[in-house]
Amino acid sequence: MSAARDEILGNIRRSLRVNGAEAPRRANVDSRLASAPRGVIPQRGQLDRKGRIDLFKQMASAAFASVAIVQSTGEVPAEAARWLRDNNLPATLRKGADLRLAAMPWQETALEISEGRSEGRDLNAISHAFAGVAESGTLIMTSGPENPSTLNFLPDNHIVVLSAGDLDGDYESAFAGVREKFGKGQMPRTVNMITGPSRSADIAQTMLLGAHGPRKLHIVIVDEG
Amino acid sequence: MSIHANPTTPQFKENAHKALGDPQLQEAMGKLRVGFTAARQMAMAKLPEFEALRDSARDIKNHTLAHLDLYLEAYEKKVTESGGHVHFARTAEEARKAIVDICKARGAKTVTKGKSMVSEEIALNDALQEAGVTPVETDLGEYIIQLRGEIPSHIIAPAVHLTKDQVENDFRRGHTHLPADRDLREPTQLLTEARGILREKFLAADIGITGANFLIAETGTSIIVTNEGNGDLTQILPKCHIVIASIEKITPTLEDVSQLLRVLARSATGQEMSVYTTLSTGPRRPDDVDGPEEYHVVLLDNGRSSMIGTQFQEMLRCIRCGACMNHCPVYHAVGGHAYGWVYPGPMGAVLTPSLIGVEKGGQLPNASTFCGRCESVCPMRIPLPGMMRHWREREFERHLAPAGVRYGLGAWAFFAKRPSLYRAATRVAMHVMGYYARKTGKFHALPLASGWTDWRDFPAPEGETFQAKWKRERTRK
Repeated sequence: MSAARDEILGNIRRSLRVNGAEAPRRANVDSRLASAPRGVIPQRGQLDRKGRIDLFKQMASAAFASVAIVQSTGEVPAEAARWLRDNNLPATLRKGADLRLAAMPWQETALEISEGRSEGRDLNAISHAFAGVAESGTLIMTSGPENPSTLNFLPDNHIVVLSAGDLDGDYESAFAGVREKFGKGQMPRTVNMITGPSRSADIAQTMLLGAHGPRKLHIVIVDEG
Repeated sequence: MSIHANPTTPQFKENAHKALGDPQLQEAMGKLRVGFTAARQMAMAKLPEFEALRDSARDIKNHTLAHLDLYLEAYEKKVTESGGHVHFARTAEEARKAIVDICKARGAKTVTKGKSMVSEEIALNDALQEAGVTPVETDLGEYIIQLRGEIPSHIIAPAVHLTKDQVENDFRRGHTHLPADRDLREPTQLLTEARGILREKFLAADIGITGANFLIAETGTSIIVTNEGNGDLTQILPKCHIVIASIEKITPTLEDVSQLLRVLARSATGQEMSVYTTLSTGPRRPDDVDGPEEYHVVLLDNGRSSMIGTQFQEMLRCIRCGACMNHCPVYHAVGGHAYGWVYPGPMGAVLTPSLIGVEKGGQLPNASTFCGRCESVCPMRIPLPGMMRHWREREFERHLAPAGVRYGLGAWAFFAKRPSLYRAATRVAMHVMGYYARKTGKFHALPLASGWTDWRDFPAPEGETFQAKWKRERTRK
């Protein structure tokens, strides 16, 4: 190990008047990392399924995303086509290899679908969210061939499908889901928490949408009841 | 030499004087005085648990700092397990070298950069340029100040000191390949132009460098929080992602980070949540179709480990939200550049002397009225005024304060330690001053107080001391 590492750790230990081997300190750290205790959870997200959907819609809309609710996965392609049409956007979509998206009846629409990561030339993309968080209208996206991270940022317009069953009340519950899927202490390369479309207020403190990421974010919640 | 390596902090007074007379700066700062503060107030009002979350956030950081050595080891282990590399750097120089070495090993020509105050702290861009690597700042505010050759004037809004017209002029000067007669009157036109130019840079960069708002020990994860998405394009497009972060960014678990995230955006911009909060762990996985092939974390100490165990330890709880400067009357008046180095406002006044020395940074803790707003809005409950007072004491002890201040304080202390003498002297002074100003009730000039009376009248005492009045009122009851 490097001299810099040893000196920094040694300096911290000297400042704390410890040697790093004390069992109670080690136990404190091990138990916190193992048990990951929850802190203060806002009451606002602690709702039933219907309440979480309503709150998510309200919070995501306040962050300038648009939200549509459909009753089945079969309705997603038509909703995506409608949204693109209503916003005068070309009938194209880039998507990853997500099986849930692949199983949808895209052939019922006139949409031209291509598959893979984005190289920067795609105007529109569709992804499937890993989860959503009602307390702030936040989407949780995990990287992988199913839903490549580049689709979250390079296209101008992003549609995200969210299953109502994956809608949590708070961040802690969503992270518990990540832990369950990927394993304790394990993460996918990238987890994006997304709340609304890209924006900047760096010019004269004026908030403008569409800084570097998507200019528009449309969320389709699938609520099969 | 850039201002990073050569702070103008010792000239704070001159800087502040200039800033007060700068009409463009004053116009830009006028907006800041209301915007951020009102937004924070609204966000707080909507979350009844906000105060409890501040306590929770403070306790998490206190726990982490008390076990920092062990959490750093745990974090390093997880980064390595996930295929990443950790580089410890004692000094700014070591951090610069670690990053330049990675750039050289990969033969990098251009790097894109997400906004990072630690990168400013170590003057990374100077080192990259010297090594023949072109750094491109991609946060819109950072991009603007890079065009101007400036440093950020605010830790979350780097170009907050500029008006729209100044940005337009910078774009016309910097983007000479575009038609000179193009319309840039609207902020959206400026944004669109920057988006187009930076999109090309994102796609062409060899390496992406970001900072980190948090590092998670449980998973070996680095987190960036942005609104633009520039940090994400910086880190997922190039083949190599380097994170530069200071050691106190360590947080134990995902649950702990959730607590901190809830106070961060609300305190900073008044948002419920910033648009993009991104958790990055290691390089891309074998099946992944995007993301970097190499992942490095440079962990910077630069004096922080020596702050632990001192009266400045609590400063290491800072999560860089900027609420203290958004609410500071001194910052509002003079802007961030007057502070002369990387960290402005109340948090800068405490941190800067720790990082560049009290000899150079000692002016800043004096730039406070001790009104206490910074401490009252700090999500981490850092006692900023108390720590500024500690610095003032150290500056005085080390004979760094100017002679006038020293003699003045000495004279005051002589009287203050002798209550009966103090009362007699003030009684006489109040009578005399009240007599001389009995007609107008104010002074246009006073000996030894020209610092005040050159700019405004000094209200005259009404002939009685506070203590005398207090005694009289009390006995009347």
